[in-house]
Amino acid sequence: MPIGAIQNVTQLWVYLSASPLLWLFATLAAYAIADRFSAATNRHPLANPVLLATIALAALLAFTHTPYTTYFAGAQFVHFMLGPATVALAVPLAAEWGRVKRLAIPITIALFAGSLTAIFSAVGIAWLLGAPHAVLASLAPKSVTTPIAMGIASMIGGLPSLTATLVVVTGILTAVIAGPISRLLRMKDHAAHGFASGLAGHGIATASAYHDSRIAGIFAGLALALNGVLTSILAPLVMKLWS
Amino acid sequence: MLPAFAVLLAFQLIGESLARVLHLGIPGPVIGLCLLAVACIISRRLRDFTEKAAHPIISTLSLLFLPAAVGVVQFLPLLRSQGLALGVAIVVSTALTLVVTALVFRFVVHKMHLEERE
Repeated sequence: MPIGAIQNVTQLWVYLSASPLLWLFATLAAYAIADRFSAATNRHPLANPVLLATIALAALLAFTHTPYTTYFAGAQFVHFMLGPATVALAVPLAAEWGRVKRLAIPITIALFAGSLTAIFSAVGIAWLLGAPHAVLASLAPKSVTTPIAMGIASMIGGLPSLTATLVVVTGILTAVIAGPISRLLRMKDHAAHGFASGLAGHGIATASAYHDSRIAGIFAGLALALNGVLTSILAPLVMKLWS
Repeated sequence: MLPAFAVLLAFQLIGESLARVLHLGIPGPVIGLCLLAVACIISRRLRDFTEKAAHPIISTLSLLFLPAAVGVVQFLPLLRSQGLALGVAIVVSTALTLVVTALVFRFVVHKMHLEERE
């Protein structure tokens, strides 16, 4: 290539890499490719689209030395849709309200059992391994959706930014292992599988539960909302044991 | 689809406003979810109407987590000092939570004879 052409390409890159369009496109393209790949592997748990696309985009940012703020200027349009998408979970939930009402007692008991397990086991294990109090408090709300978790963390002496990281890691992990665990338990009940997914791994696991089945997704969305509210009550109480 | 999307935004807006005014500590979209669920249970027409936006947006839900997830990856190296404790705690706790929740759910369904006759 002649020098002039290389300069033009460099200038084009400088222009595009700073524009929201490029990173919005990269986000959609990374997801589309990851989803294709996941479908091609017959939805292998490790080929989770969120996991693959996240790794690909993070690598791309590192490789091109793009700061996260530049990336987010484009990706924010996708991020914004999380709010209305959370509200939208109400619609299929309302459509299955009859089933939810019939299962109200198993839902309530599983909610308390799961919520307490999530908080106690995470805090207890980290405590046994010698983690300091601020880390324990950041870990306590790891299973609930990010804004609730960050609110809880700041209330009980944790670090909200650490909590945000732990929440996303927990969500992706749940999306990856929920299927294999349900198969291991020979769990054929989509409601139970979905409810456990949404309770342990909030929105990211709810999205993946919707890929498993509509009923699993609906019960995951229900668990996400219920556990968000319950954890904000239970986590401060549990953390009193460690203060 | 766009009018249906406006309904979702309206309920989010109501949720955000209530969250601010009442200091509930629960995010606006989660309050919006609860309010819209009640509204859609009461009104079948509203449910059918919002379905047009709800269905497509839920089918893209996985995509919507990418921007936040990419942000988090950048912080992972900072976790190195507590990495072992955090890693073990998250893996064991997540697996345990999935097992306990699903088994308790099934156990109660079984005890109460709530199984579906399919």
